[in-house]
Amino acid sequence: MLCGNEALVYGALLAGCDAYFGYPITPAGEIIECAAKKFPELGRVFIQAESEIGSINMVMGAAAAGQRAMTASSGLGISLMQEAVSYLAGMEIPCVIADITRSGPGIGNISVEQSDYFQIVKGGGHGGYRCPVFAPASAQEMCDMAFRAFDTAEKYRTPVYILTDGMIGQMMESVILPEPLEKSAPAPYSLTPGNARTNHFTSIYLEAEELEKKNEALLAKYREMEANDQDAELWKTDDAEIVLVAYGIMSRLAKNAVNELRERGIKAGLVRPKLLFPFPKDALNALVDRAKKFICVELSGGQMIEDVKLAIECRRPVELIHRVGGKLISVEELVAGVKALA
Amino acid sequence: MKKRYFPKIRNDECKGCERCVIACPKGVLALGKALNVMGLPHVFVADEAACTGCSLCFYTCPEPGAISIIEEKEED
Amino acid sequence: MKTFRIIKDRPAGFFAEFEKRPAPLRHNMHYCPGCGHGVLHKIVAEALTDFDIKDRTTFISPVGCAVFGYYYMDCFGISTPHGRAPAVATGLSRAHRDSVVISYQGDGDLAAIGFNEFIHTVNRGENLCYIFVNNAIYGMTGGQMAPTTLVGQKTSTTPHGRCASEDGIPFRVAEIVASQPNPVYVERVALSTPKEIMKARAAIRKAIKNTMERKGLSFVEVLSPCPVGLKKDAAGISKFIDEEMTKIFPLGKLKDVAAERVPVEHPVPVYDREKVRAALFPQENGAEETESSGKKLREDVYNESEIFEKERRIKVAGAGGQGVLSLAYIIAHMARLRNFNVTYLPTYGPEMRGGTADCSVVASRREIASPIVDSNANMLIVLNQPSLDKYLPQLKPTGVIVYDSSSVTLPEIGENQVAYGVPAAQLAVGLGSTRYGNSLILGALAKMMEELFLTPKDTKDFSDVVEAALRECFADKPKIIAPNLEAFRLGKENAFRAETIKTPK
Repeated sequence: MLCGNEALVYGALLAGCDAYFGYPITPAGEIIECAAKKFPELGRVFIQAESEIGSINMVMGAAAAGQRAMTASSGLGISLMQEAVSYLAGMEIPCVIADITRSGPGIGNISVEQSDYFQIVKGGGHGGYRCPVFAPASAQEMCDMAFRAFDTAEKYRTPVYILTDGMIGQMMESVILPEPLEKSAPAPYSLTPGNARTNHFTSIYLEAEELEKKNEALLAKYREMEANDQDAELWKTDDAEIVLVAYGIMSRLAKNAVNELRERGIKAGLVRPKLLFPFPKDALNALVDRAKKFICVELSGGQMIEDVKLAIECRRPVELIHRVGGKLISVEELVAGVKALA
Repeated sequence: MKKRYFPKIRNDECKGCERCVIACPKGVLALGKALNVMGLPHVFVADEAACTGCSLCFYTCPEPGAISIIEEKEED
Repeated sequence: MKTFRIIKDRPAGFFAEFEKRPAPLRHNMHYCPGCGHGVLHKIVAEALTDFDIKDRTTFISPVGCAVFGYYYMDCFGISTPHGRAPAVATGLSRAHRDSVVISYQGDGDLAAIGFNEFIHTVNRGENLCYIFVNNAIYGMTGGQMAPTTLVGQKTSTTPHGRCASEDGIPFRVAEIVASQPNPVYVERVALSTPKEIMKARAAIRKAIKNTMERKGLSFVEVLSPCPVGLKKDAAGISKFIDEEMTKIFPLGKLKDVAAERVPVEHPVPVYDREKVRAALFPQENGAEETESSGKKLREDVYNESEIFEKERRIKVAGAGGQGVLSLAYIIAHMARLRNFNVTYLPTYGPEMRGGTADCSVVASRREIASPIVDSNANMLIVLNQPSLDKYLPQLKPTGVIVYDSSSVTLPEIGENQVAYGVPAAQLAVGLGSTRYGNSLILGALAKMMEELFLTPKDTKDFSDVVEAALRECFADKPKIIAPNLEAFRLGKENAFRAETIKTPK
């Protein structure tokens, strides 16, 4: 059994992650502690950086040098990293960043909230970039998505986020580990001795025409992700009239709520985005004909709900059930809330 | 065998900062009045015979190739 | 006969043409006339070819005037965020043993916005060549105050001159670096007179050599002319450096221990699949699967008692320090050893560090949705009174309580609820340590299960799985396995079904 945070480290190492750079923060602490143990055991690079700014920029260096590099933090630390993430997106350097969310704004508390959605899914730093965002909801998915994230990062030459909450990070479950990947050759564009020494990374384009071209290429890449990489779990949605939409820990509670609602004769189902960018628009749209209503279940003031509305172009009512401040929405509350809205 | 040295100025790469003029212990270089492609005055070789090939002008010059130093050998 | 030989020319460490620089000027640099960056770039470019390291060097372009360093240097390049060059350099340097990383930063970049990254990179003694360009001004943004601006010096943000009491005093970086144990070589040089420029050249070449030999961090602070930013001519700027800057920033070697340092070596990464498996996959431990593994769990263990057909939701609660989390962990392991899906979700953070501790464990033959036991608990295991009072309302009308009767007084419970107690804390003290309390509670749990729920076949298996889970959970402390097994036996022996006041429902 591994907790979600540990499973993330295992998944990364099995994917051949070469380097971990991090700074301690609750509720992501098990990640840096597990990495501190396991990375050196395999001779991989581990550095406890002086700050999250240090961590993400070390990731930048290692990843530019062709390594699979990662960091992890929680809300506040992720905020500190945003300048570098914008650079990474602009320079098209692949890497993996995990945000194990807590409550905010400010220092908030360490309990569970999902209010980093806008920051992570919509960009976070300056400039117009997007990052693929995985949203694991179990220890198994923490492992599997960390394992997959490096491929996605390299395929699109982009930073990739893993966004989940402290509950999923802390929870222990059995995890089936994937077979370790063979070490692949560093990318030809990387700063690896032996590669063409004209290789360089920059995000400065002084000429507007040049930057337009560059940014249009980035936008095309994001459209390609939207076309190819949407991923969602559809749970009892075949005949669903009420479609709940939830990710992370709330998707787990929502499943129990769906079961209870069905026992009471309400045909509910759940769409659980496995990636938040690209958002599973197609899966949601496919349900519009039968569904009477979509209900977003979020531990935020309503962030993902905007994407749900956009996805279905408001062809059905989209409601919100939420709590903030570190409290979960219990299954009872959820059932009552859905019944009130149904 | 006689050896002598002289600097060669690539006029269009010189920005006329005059640091080489000050650096040269022998007064080989001077700033001219003519303008180069950048519209800047540039240095010229004013006293070629005084050059000892010490290369201090080369290392003081901030431009990669504005100054080069040539060695001339004359076999007897 | 006359022959001609070029003895000094554009160094081959520069690109032959600066193709990355926007046309039309592709032979000279973007720097202002007389700028020290050009002089430094030339020294570095010359070293790249002289030392034959073009193919393994990364030159870091910082934010500041040298942001376009990659236009010029015929080696790898990266433009880093403002101030973050040291961290990026760390990542680059650790990535490839043979790489030579030259981190090149100005005074704003290094000494102001990026000093934290810098000083910790110094402290780690990363294998890097550090060039710090101190020209006492912010050049690129148009002449604002730098941390190294001299007192009284006028800049666009110190229009009346830098005031020591308001703006601070010139920041002396080389002295700070030299005061730290890890750096191997620290020197301050100046690009003023030709003599000083040749000393600067020697210092930078030595720093690059040290990096090639993996000696650690070498740091060269360069007092560099910014004639345009400081509105001075060639003679004036040299005079400013030699007569004013050097008073505050004295030149010379501050530290050189390179000769006595052994090369920095980091571990060699392991990617061999078998070795990776050995490090991450659980070790086979006799008959039992011990941890998560790439294999499916054994199929021959499947308990037949009816109680196991449904999802079972358990809350374990007590005071911090009572071993609540390890008790819950053992129970979760028991479930996993018998092929149940299981979730284990502790409270975390400050709550865990004092006061109360609780943990939700859910076991099921099917997919577990919610891992949180906040209502409809099937079982409540409580180690103190406040926990029972708090969580009793969450117990199902048919739920079971297992409690430590040393400290818990059972309140009125539901008509169809059952409670099993054991004086765990008391008995544990008798066994020599309160830490055996968990195993005593497991004894009560086993007794309850046997009396109420288990078939004869499963009765034997339940004790076996407790034992297996205890062995597994204490695998790294083998000495305490036997006393815990004894405590389990004792717990079972002393557990009792509580006579309780029932509230008819």
